[in-house]
Amino acid sequence: MRQEHEHKIEVQHVTQEFRGAAFRSTGGKLVAVNDVTFSLTDNPPQIINLVGQSGSGKSTLARIILGLQKPTSGTVLFNGKDVYGMGRKDRAEFLRMVQPVFQDPYGIFNPFYRVDRVLWKPIKKFGLAKNRSQGLEIIERSLRAVDLRPEDVLGRYPHQLSGGQRQRVMLARVHMLQPRFIIADEPVSMLDAAVRVSFLNLLIDFRDKYGMTTLFITHDLSTSYYVGGEIMVMHKGSIVESGRVDDVLLRPQHPYTRTLLASVPVPDPDARWRDKAAVAIEEEEVVVESPNIEAPNP
Amino acid sequence: MMQESIARERIRSVEGKPLLEVRDLRVYYRTVAGISKAVDGVDLDVRRGEILGIAGESGSGKSTLTTALLRLTKPPGFIAGGSVVFHPREGSPVDLMQLSDSQVREYRWRNLSYLPQGSMNSLNPVMKIEDQFVDVITQHSDIPDRKAREMVPSLLEQVGLDPHVARMYPHELSGGMKQRVIIAMSVALNSDLVVADEPTTALDVHIQRVVIQTLASLRDEFGMTVILVTHDMAVHAELADRVAVMYAGKIVEVSDVHQIFKDPKHPYTQGLIASIPKIGGERKRLTGIGGNAPSPLAWPSGCRFHPRCPYVMDVCRHQEPPLLPLVNGHKVPPVVACHLYNEQQVTGGKHEARA
Repeated sequence: MRQEHEHKIEVQHVTQEFRGAAFRSTGGKLVAVNDVTFSLTDNPPQIINLVGQSGSGKSTLARIILGLQKPTSGTVLFNGKDVYGMGRKDRAEFLRMVQPVFQDPYGIFNPFYRVDRVLWKPIKKFGLAKNRSQGLEIIERSLRAVDLRPEDVLGRYPHQLSGGQRQRVMLARVHMLQPRFIIADEPVSMLDAAVRVSFLNLLIDFRDKYGMTTLFITHDLSTSYYVGGEIMVMHKGSIVESGRVDDVLLRPQHPYTRTLLASVPVPDPDARWRDKAAVAIEEEEVVVESPNIEAPNP
Repeated sequence: MMQESIARERIRSVEGKPLLEVRDLRVYYRTVAGISKAVDGVDLDVRRGEILGIAGESGSGKSTLTTALLRLTKPPGFIAGGSVVFHPREGSPVDLMQLSDSQVREYRWRNLSYLPQGSMNSLNPVMKIEDQFVDVITQHSDIPDRKAREMVPSLLEQVGLDPHVARMYPHELSGGMKQRVIIAMSVALNSDLVVADEPTTALDVHIQRVVIQTLASLRDEFGMTVILVTHDMAVHAELADRVAVMYAGKIVEVSDVHQIFKDPKHPYTQGLIASIPKIGGERKRLTGIGGNAPSPLAWPSGCRFHPRCPYVMDVCRHQEPPLLPLVNGHKVPPVVACHLYNEQQVTGGKHEARA
């Protein structure tokens, strides 16, 4: 499934500001993404982790890459063409080649329609099948590729599926379209541990079998370590550290990365940080919280 | 010094007796598709002064169980059987399931408090923190308004917040501070037990850490008993003394937290522990647990885990394993419901499952 030529997403000096009364404490504006530059390629295919705490700008950046939110300044190029200024044909190609997977497996589906609909839609939109039986064949093959049995899923309503099943249906959709890029925004944060692992394994398989590149956005550093590859650490809109997962997570250079790592609870009762690091947290917390304390509204 | 003695006194006063004894508790829901047996025969002791973790995947019945412990089950849910005996510091034990609604209200907040999921968003945005405390305290006790107001600074200090927070509005506080205000409020009446349902889920790592520390201090400094419900095993590792693992409406294993992580007994617990990715070390493919969670409308026969179990035997398909302690070689015996351990288990103990 390796492509003849390389596909590329280039994020160049992207900045996103939000203005309004809600940001009074920071001078009327919030810089959610601050001059971010990086690129994604499918040659070789890879998983690139984007980590940071809530409010660091991860999701805003994902929306900008997906073409959902035009940045205040800077450009996003897909195969050299500006995502926010491309023609209809190029845009259709972009929409097919760059697929999102979002956090909430409950919010994606329209509760009034059967699950089948989210699978038939792309088949029709992108003309993947000549007729109904061929379409069904594609759907069933893609469901099996993500370890779902078609009979467990088809004909059902969203509320009849578990969160893990729903999230895998979204991956089946990705499998059907064979995009070059998956932009996955916190895709496992609402899944249970066992289901989470099988989802991560699928992302790894998609890279190895189909040559797909994933931008994997998470606040959970242990899942980043598990999928491996490259990692970018985002803090207050800027990328403060990047490199190989093994280097960044095992030998962090930036103080923020260290703080982030120190805050992660470790699944080992013999390595509790509450026994050893009580004082350090209070200090960090003040740093994080101080901008929020201000005089009450009149 | 004084705090230490409060903690000790609180734990010692009824030493030997558990705080809560849950026996064969059943909580069902009426649905159009039939009766959903979300909690289906739970036996569990909650010891005074411990942090008891309740683990399990979504749909295993964790939240249904904990809301039932406080008699907060709402229709279409109902208590289908069993007992939850509460041993108060003073007075005789009561079965919470047998009390009338108004009687049980007497115990709530005063003796048993509840920290529901996402509760930090339930602060009233147009009321000062102090007024919200006064509301809660006067509603659930005979303490007069003025006295309640005087209590607020020390309650805030109990969770490590500055007393001036009392005069602030919720929007002026960060997430971590709001969550601590909620914890302080839930223990305002000096209750014996706090039940925290997913207190760290969907919170930022920093806030998560603050919440974990606050809950730990409630026990370490004030001798409170904490039931901690979360699917996040790392949080159990950080906080719990013992962990009860739920699967399909039942407890399948209860062990010391070190035992659970180092040597899990039930195949489901083993799968759960084996699916936790760690930072550092060799990067090997984790397998998770195959198959899907069963439906509470029709639990599998015999052992409810048998369709997903890698060690399934014939007996597992038609006979439900009892929840029994394992005897050999364990200082603190883990309690497990699995046919693999039939020969190592004592029978006739109080944990023996009912037919």
